[in-house]
Amino acid sequence: MRRLFERFAIALLMVGILAAGTLTARAAAYEDALPKFTLDSFSDTADAVDAIAGSGSPHAAALLQALKDQRLLFSATDKKVLIKTADGKLTDAATGQPFTAAPPADLDNVRLNNRLRNLIDAALGALTLMAPDAGKRYDAAQSVFKSRDASAASALDKAIAAEKDAGVKKVMQEARAALTLADESASPADKVAAITIIRDRGDQDAMALLQSLPADSPKEVLAAAGDAKAKIERNLALWSTVQNFWYGLSLGSVLLLAAIGLAITFGVMGVINMAHGEMVMLGAYTTFVVQEIIRTRYPGLFDYSLAIALPLAFLFSAIVGIIIERSVIRFLYGRPLETLLATWGISLVLQQAVRAAFGPTNKEVGNPSWMSGAFDLGGILITYNRLWIIVFTAIVFVALLAMLRFTRLGLEMRAVTQNRAMAAAVGIRTARIDALTFGLGSGIAGIAGVALSQIDNVSPNLGQGYIIDSFMVVVFGGVGNLWGTLVGAMTLGIANKFLEPFAGAVLGKIAILVFIILFIQKRPRGMFALKGRAIEA
Amino acid sequence: MKSHPLIRMLDRGSTLFLVLLAAFAIAIPVLNLMVPAGSALHVSTYLVALLGKYVCYGLLALSIDLIWGYVGILSLGHGAFFALGGYAMGMYLMRQIGSRGVYANPILPDFMVFLNWKELPFFWYGFNHFAYAALMILLVPGLLAFVFGWFAFRSRVTGVYLSIITQAMTYALLLGFFRNNFGFGGNNGLTDFKDILGFNVQAETTRNALLVISCLALGVCFLICRAIVTSKFGKVLVAIRDAEARTRFMGYRVESYKLFVFTVSACMAGVAGALYVPQVGIINPSEFAPGNSIEAVIWVAVGGRGTLIGAVLGAFVVNYTKTFFTTGLLAPYWLFVLGGLFIGTTLFLPRGIVGTWAHWRAGVKEKSEAARSAAAEDGMLPTAGSPSTQPSAAE
Amino acid sequence: MYTVVQTAAKRPTARKWLAAAAGLAIAATGAMAPAKAADTIKVGILHSLSGTMAISETTLKDTMLFLIDEQNKKGGLLGKKLEAVVVDPASNWPLFAEKARELIAKDKVAAVFGCWTSVSRKSVLPVFKELNNILFYPVQYEGEESERNVFYTGAAPNQQAIPAVDYLMSKDGGSVKRWVLAGTDYVYPRTTNKILEAYLKSKGVKDEDIMINYTPFGHSDWQTIVSDIKKFGSAGKKTAVVSTINGDANVPFYKELGNQGIKATDIPVVAFSVGEEELAGLDTKPLVGHLAAWNYFESIKTPENAAFIKKWQAYTKNPKRTTNDPMEAHVIGFNMWVKAVEKVGTTDPDKVIDALPGITAANLTGGTSTMLPNHHITKPVFIGEIRADGQFDVVWKTKGLVPGDAWSDYLPGSKDLESDWVKLKCGNYNKVTKKCGGSAS
Repeated sequence: MRRLFERFAIALLMVGILAAGTLTARAAAYEDALPKFTLDSFSDTADAVDAIAGSGSPHAAALLQALKDQRLLFSATDKKVLIKTADGKLTDAATGQPFTAAPPADLDNVRLNNRLRNLIDAALGALTLMAPDAGKRYDAAQSVFKSRDASAASALDKAIAAEKDAGVKKVMQEARAALTLADESASPADKVAAITIIRDRGDQDAMALLQSLPADSPKEVLAAAGDAKAKIERNLALWSTVQNFWYGLSLGSVLLLAAIGLAITFGVMGVINMAHGEMVMLGAYTTFVVQEIIRTRYPGLFDYSLAIALPLAFLFSAIVGIIIERSVIRFLYGRPLETLLATWGISLVLQQAVRAAFGPTNKEVGNPSWMSGAFDLGGILITYNRLWIIVFTAIVFVALLAMLRFTRLGLEMRAVTQNRAMAAAVGIRTARIDALTFGLGSGIAGIAGVALSQIDNVSPNLGQGYIIDSFMVVVFGGVGNLWGTLVGAMTLGIANKFLEPFAGAVLGKIAILVFIILFIQKRPRGMFALKGRAIEA
Repeated sequence: MKSHPLIRMLDRGSTLFLVLLAAFAIAIPVLNLMVPAGSALHVSTYLVALLGKYVCYGLLALSIDLIWGYVGILSLGHGAFFALGGYAMGMYLMRQIGSRGVYANPILPDFMVFLNWKELPFFWYGFNHFAYAALMILLVPGLLAFVFGWFAFRSRVTGVYLSIITQAMTYALLLGFFRNNFGFGGNNGLTDFKDILGFNVQAETTRNALLVISCLALGVCFLICRAIVTSKFGKVLVAIRDAEARTRFMGYRVESYKLFVFTVSACMAGVAGALYVPQVGIINPSEFAPGNSIEAVIWVAVGGRGTLIGAVLGAFVVNYTKTFFTTGLLAPYWLFVLGGLFIGTTLFLPRGIVGTWAHWRAGVKEKSEAARSAAAEDGMLPTAGSPSTQPSAAE
Repeated sequence: MYTVVQTAAKRPTARKWLAAAAGLAIAATGAMAPAKAADTIKVGILHSLSGTMAISETTLKDTMLFLIDEQNKKGGLLGKKLEAVVVDPASNWPLFAEKARELIAKDKVAAVFGCWTSVSRKSVLPVFKELNNILFYPVQYEGEESERNVFYTGAAPNQQAIPAVDYLMSKDGGSVKRWVLAGTDYVYPRTTNKILEAYLKSKGVKDEDIMINYTPFGHSDWQTIVSDIKKFGSAGKKTAVVSTINGDANVPFYKELGNQGIKATDIPVVAFSVGEEELAGLDTKPLVGHLAAWNYFESIKTPENAAFIKKWQAYTKNPKRTTNDPMEAHVIGFNMWVKAVEKVGTTDPDKVIDALPGITAANLTGGTSTMLPNHHITKPVFIGEIRADGQFDVVWKTKGLVPGDAWSDYLPGSKDLESDWVKLKCGNYNKVTKKCGGSAS
């Protein structure tokens, strides 16, 4: 094993020396390449990027970074290339000195396409392997891993030798192994060693790398690759189950969030609120309005926009809910089917009102930085927005449960749910409880809207997409029991996600609906039905 | 009531309704075909097509009223039966196109040709015969309703639960028919019909004939409904509506009663759909949309639940309002009007137009006892809310 | 209880309310009577203003009102003012047919501009044929249709899908070898994907390198599919996604792509239904580099386009109002119709239909589009990359204009068909059997 590494190291060293020799020769290439940026053609830009990446000039990294961020400007008439720094000042790309003359009139961005972006990433990867910031080095190593840019080998070797951070070093070694596998001149033994490293990485990218091995590789390499692939596959299969479970959990929490407000109004008041989806929509539009104000007035607060929107959305939807309850629904108690029709009418009115006020098109609601992106956990990718939605749902659920359990309002609500007449007899003002319950259910729908604005369209149709699913959850889980709603939502979410890979999204959904219809036959009042006489009307 | 069943069935209101319907079915074609286009009395073909459509909607509303008004089953999935009947008719019409489709394939409908289908799926067999298609128009919705109802009523799924699962049923069908692999033309559905029983569907005479047939179907179904609700059987239905448990304890097999009426109602909806398709010229999955079924329920509510005639009237009124409000400057307000109808009807007109009229007339007639009798009848008239439901009911 | 039901219905009151109902019906008939003929030329606008499609169609209604307004400022047409008749088919397909009939039979419009979805077009088709009027259809669609009464100013598959795939296969596009065809499950994606599949196979792409996936309308949970795409894309070959995902489902799709870290440099997504309007509802920063293929982009710098945008924003009094491809299609279609009417000196549909093929109109991207005998038009094809500001940066375009092909050469059912309303007077002439199929006979 040690021998193998020695040989590996020698090979690396030789590649390094070769690369260093060419560096000096191409030192002047930087200046020569710059005018190509002024031609406004993708292929010339590509040539220039190649030349600059290989030039070894100290300005190269800054220039490529500027190009990547669309801060590289050119003037076709003056044949000038300028860099706009992050704070908006101009510097001359050739010298790195501030550009003090008046900017040329035809200054424009150097345009990019995906091929160029790939080239730049590869070049930057090689150039930033020694960056002081560990995160940047990590990204650089990853981009080398992906680009398998052979010219990065020497830089990578140096970087590996100097690297202190174990995590970054591991990725660099994986990148190095990827280069070895792509290198036709590497010995079979080196390749087998590289395969071991790749195998331990164990993800899709590793699989991809192994699959791209040419079929005419030496036998022992292919054998090692075969073993590694089998191992990765087992690994991936396991993780894909975990992943489905995670997706199901995330879908379930979205369903729960949308349905939980409905469960309260339905459970406590026996009211079918078809306008529930529109309460969700109002919450999402509240988020939009809050973000709009923040964008124009206080851009610094953007990351807090959701925190600000949450109470507002709750209040707004709750107030609308209470208005609906006081003006329409209270006249219809005891007539659940009529309530259903009236609230459907309300939902139509609300939709069209929002359409009239905000226009029919989707509105942009941005993800704050802490809700963007993803991280790897073992073999699965966890996106922050889904994670936060699950956490958020859990908080809402627990808070609601606590409210029903420990507050006076909660006690009165439960009393009204279980026996309205008796509750009224012991002095509970049931009408007030009804209004507050409806407000609470609507308010929760409002905050569900804040969460859904992060993953779905914010349009007048937002609510309609969730109303049927929410009903299914409530009916499946059982009315008047929040735990039932929780179990219902999670079961449907997870079942959906495990069905989807086999049956496809459409058939999966149909299967779930048929299942619910059949389930209701078996247990007409859902999984966790309230027991007792009051419910048998 | 000791009168003869036939007299019971044809009370004055019903007779008048049938007479008016017959007059309508005769007058419209005459005014369209016989009166010259310039005359003030001329009815345009546009209007014939529009009214034909309304009549089909009226029949759908009638079928909903039969189960909602008299048995208290609020189906939010009746659009599904309507659409299934429509698809059965559409399949017949598609097969009639034959080699006149754009790809000139004598057997496969166009949408199958361009999706590279090689042969006709088995469920399309037989639809080239009208008799078979006509059978299917009744059988498919009827069978679905029977199976669905058999499960649902046996396990005593009632009230809003039933409403929600009927909604789930139509939603599942909506998703299914959207799938192109299902073999029903996906989102585009079935269209570009040429002729029906050898007559060109676009000809004025065919349109008038379809209108007359639709009126005929409406009349026949109306009579069937009347026959059901005025019979002893119908009394049991009303008993089920008002106190299901009590009726069951009295020894009636509530499930069987419900199942029978539900199936009959679904067949009627299927017929309505079948007549609707050749007049509209297209059938596609959007007919399964839960919103459509809910809208149909509001026709009944507007006209008057439990009055049969009211359902038909409601369908006409609401759909005319729709036609009126979706044109020109009023267009952006249509959903406000529709939404307002839902809210206003349930709040201020729980008996619907016909119910309120009857109630009011009753009040005027019995002036002397007005106050008392109105209060007494309140609970007995077929009002929208069933009096036995208590506020505590989580039904 | 039932006795009361009967007695209530038995009362003579019934007669009265039936009379009332009859009165109402008569009143309705009166209201529906044809409007008086005026000395204006009426133009029908058939776009949904409520319901699910309002999101896309409302702006087209505004475009038409704007164009008609502009034309009237220029003195109208044939010495008469144009008058717009707006109806709202409410995203309801049978209502589309009813409204089309109303426009033609009752309002007597000279031509109709409208529809967005294929199904809405299919549902009004019989009406236009029966009443012999003209429909201008402005949206890209699946092709496989050529009707005498319809003029298709949007793109046929060969004007959008195939050039996009060509671009991705080129070196600049990343030399893509593996393809995900993802779409909403309805006819446009199904047909487009069938055509693309056949086209890709003709270019030597193997079965295992093509993944086809369909999702329902308004699909909002894309976790599984995006991760499947990622998996499919990591098989060692350059992969791209060709998306025919419909309107509403796009936002959550792109959000999921962004969050799962699929960058355009790894797996580019080229979309046929995502334009400036759809992007307005999205934070586009994570999407930079993903592609769209259209015949028009708002960002294209031509004097015509700049002038159009300026007037449009002035008309709508909204300096941020975007423009998009179907709008341009309406601009071209409307100008062609105006020219054809001026040419024959009447709005009589038969004469206008015969005059339209061969009519040219400037498009907004600097070229001149021509109405072809198959009722489709010639258009340039642009591939745009999404920019951080929600606009597109054109990275590739076809040399010259591409003529729209009604019948795809890549589908076995239609490769022998040809459409020519000038010489053959037939929309689906079979070159092998030398017969004009179906509808025209």
